Amino acid sequence: MSQATDTSATPTATASAGLPDLLYGEAETELRAAVRSLFEDRCGWPEVLARTETAQTYDTGLWRVLAADLGCAGLLIPESSGGAGASYREAAVVAEETGRAVAPVPFLGSAVVATAALLAAGDEDLLAAVAAGTTTVALGVPFPAPPGARPQPTVRLAPGESGYRLTGTVAAVADALPADVLLVPADGVPYGLYAVAADAAGVSLAPTVSLDMTRQLADLTLTGAPARRIASGETADRAVAGALAAGAAMLASEQLGLAERCLEMTVAYLKDRRQFGRQIGSFQALKHRAADLWVGVTQARAAARYAAACLAAADPDSPVAVALAKAACSDVAVRAAQECLQLHGGIGFTWEHPTHLYLKRAKSSSIGFGTADRHRASLAGPVDLPGAAQ
Amino acid sequence: MTTPEDLRGQVRDFLATHDPSAAGRLEFLRARFDAGLAWVHYPAGLGGQGLSRDLQAAVDAEFAAAGAPNNRPERNGIGLGMAAPTILAFGSPEQQRRWLRPLWTGEEIWCQLFSEPGAGSDLAGLATRAVPVDGAGWVVTGQKVWTSSAHLARRALLVARTDPDVPKHQGLTYFACDMTAPGVEVRPLRQATGEAEFNEVFLTDVAIPDTDRIGEVGEGWKVATTTLMNERVSIGGGAAPREGGMIASAAAAWRANPGNRTQGLHDRLLRLWADAEVARLAGARLRQQLAAGQPGPEGSAAKIVFARLNQEISEFEVELAGAEGLRYDDWTMRRPETVSFYGRDVGYRYLRARGNSIEGGTSEILKNIIAERVLGLPPEIRVDKGVPWKDLPR
Repeated sequence: MSQATDTSATPTATASAGLPDLLYGEAETELRAAVRSLFEDRCGWPEVLARTETAQTYDTGLWRVLAADLGCAGLLIPESSGGAGASYREAAVVAEETGRAVAPVPFLGSAVVATAALLAAGDEDLLAAVAAGTTTVALGVPFPAPPGARPQPTVRLAPGESGYRLTGTVAAVADALPADVLLVPADGVPYGLYAVAADAAGVSLAPTVSLDMTRQLADLTLTGAPARRIASGETADRAVAGALAAGAAMLASEQLGLAERCLEMTVAYLKDRRQFGRQIGSFQALKHRAADLWVGVTQARAAARYAAACLAAADPDSPVAVALAKAACSDVAVRAAQECLQLHGGIGFTWEHPTHLYLKRAKSSSIGFGTADRHRASLAGPVDLPGAAQ
Repeated sequence: MTTPEDLRGQVRDFLATHDPSAAGRLEFLRARFDAGLAWVHYPAGLGGQGLSRDLQAAVDAEFAAAGAPNNRPERNGIGLGMAAPTILAFGSPEQQRRWLRPLWTGEEIWCQLFSEPGAGSDLAGLATRAVPVDGAGWVVTGQKVWTSSAHLARRALLVARTDPDVPKHQGLTYFACDMTAPGVEVRPLRQATGEAEFNEVFLTDVAIPDTDRIGEVGEGWKVATTTLMNERVSIGGGAAPREGGMIASAAAAWRANPGNRTQGLHDRLLRLWADAEVARLAGARLRQQLAAGQPGPEGSAAKIVFARLNQEISEFEVELAGAEGLRYDDWTMRRPETVSFYGRDVGYRYLRARGNSIEGGTSEILKNIIAERVLGLPPEIRVDKGVPWKDLPR
């Protein structure tokens, strides 16, 4: 059968002109190799699984190497503040690798989300400590908080005290457990962003039994906790909004890495496993599912790279780019993990197989920083597709 | 290194000596070809300068700005998108000189005689026979189908069986067939949309000179694979601006018809818009890979996604149209010169898009290809493997 669609003799450059580089550069490829090698050495899935059943679900030793020795904690921090002066393009590559390894490290929470807030707030002292890899920070917002809407503050400045003291609770905070400093948005006059030492009096972090124990959440309770204001009013708003957007975009890249790993495991198993006297990967019913997944991953990669590139360039299209990436990557990561489980059959359903770690991380991440549905809904305004009249 | 500015300068120099309003259209296009400004990524002497494909846009834009006539590429999609790369890769220098210029100028439209009633997805099983005669050439007999533009074409890409005694892939040879030769009969094939973009082509003792054979005898499958890869690239890989293509009309209809909106349709539209935009980004990323000299297998994903999106978007648009979606613009049997999704009503788009997952390789066959060639999964179990073509059940 022959072609019957609109064609032109020479693809015009109109589409790719104006779009940023969506490929991986040389420095990014080198960074990926270093991180992957570290995770292969120290973050095999049996270790990850074993750690989920201990009291120390975060691997702080591994995080120190990633953060300080490989310099990943300070990727987004300018060289003048002791960081690597890299961009979201590089951070996205590290995120992909943490997803691949379901690594129990607070890269997303500390090196991306809280760092983005600190950069907007311009807090040089904390930035220098984060860049050095000696201080880990977390933004005190619920993990599901989407970018674009100010999270309803559940913490208030306690009145009548000397200095700033915070009281209130924040449920389901990601990457807070290994944090030394928590950045907490709090209502008061004015609304602000406050730094609280995790070990200060009046600070309680209660680990929750989380769906995803490779990124265990915690409920934060502040009871007159001493705090330092790092931003207020619009600056604080901007810091929190920017941090959530960065979190959603880099989480999308993490999901991309996770999806790719699930596809690899699935394909390897389809080649290895024999039933009915043949490799099960020769059955078309299974092959097509693997092919569908691969198609999904190629699409998700383009979306994730576009979001990283937009954030790196502070492109005005960033809100659209982040929404596209988080929606596409959330869907494909969950699908990849679910397919991985199904196509492994019984073994994929056991505790002794890594798939459940990926499935839990994928599902939990699909809710983190806004569901796919919420991100798609957020496009309605920017792309002028208003909803039905109520 | 040649820059877009260098090429714009070349176009201006060319226009200084070739006034597009004075010269005849064809003379102008031939001269443009001879000046190496037709397709700059083709070799010198064959309409190009051996440059990167990316640079063509600057040339086309400069000619368009001067109001110069173009080669109406939409009329010769198969010629430009499939025949030309095949001729470039496998044609003899004599064939390249003979065919590429009239192909590019649009003097000679090309079509593709591949599929047959008994050979669709299993193209290599085709039965059209080419029998050698006295060392001078070949006599071809058989029936082809799904041939767009056959009624307009001067030449066709033809695959025929030259040896039935060997397994099916080995006994094929590739030819260029003169569509005006005696024994070529073209009949319209009407499709679900009501019109006939396609044809059936009956070949009865058609004589083809051996000088019109492309590639070696028995190498037809290898040559055909090149043609088909280019078909998939051209079907799935078109460049478009944001909200270009099929999603444009759905979005426009949404904005124009607030009364037809529902929450369910809104959710679907946002999903389709997002998927279409991501597919566009993936296409752009694919082109960046090609430009960087890192060709990847992602092209085969593009066609699957393109077909699925066209179908889902047009399904959506018919529902959004409400009562208007119950009308159809025209069931009259027509023979369109070019095929476009636009300028027709939504019902046409809905019906025509069903063909997108069939033409140029069904989505199912493409998934087999991805699974086997990209993911390295074991091949389908083949009962026809190693069996001479003549002994296959049919």
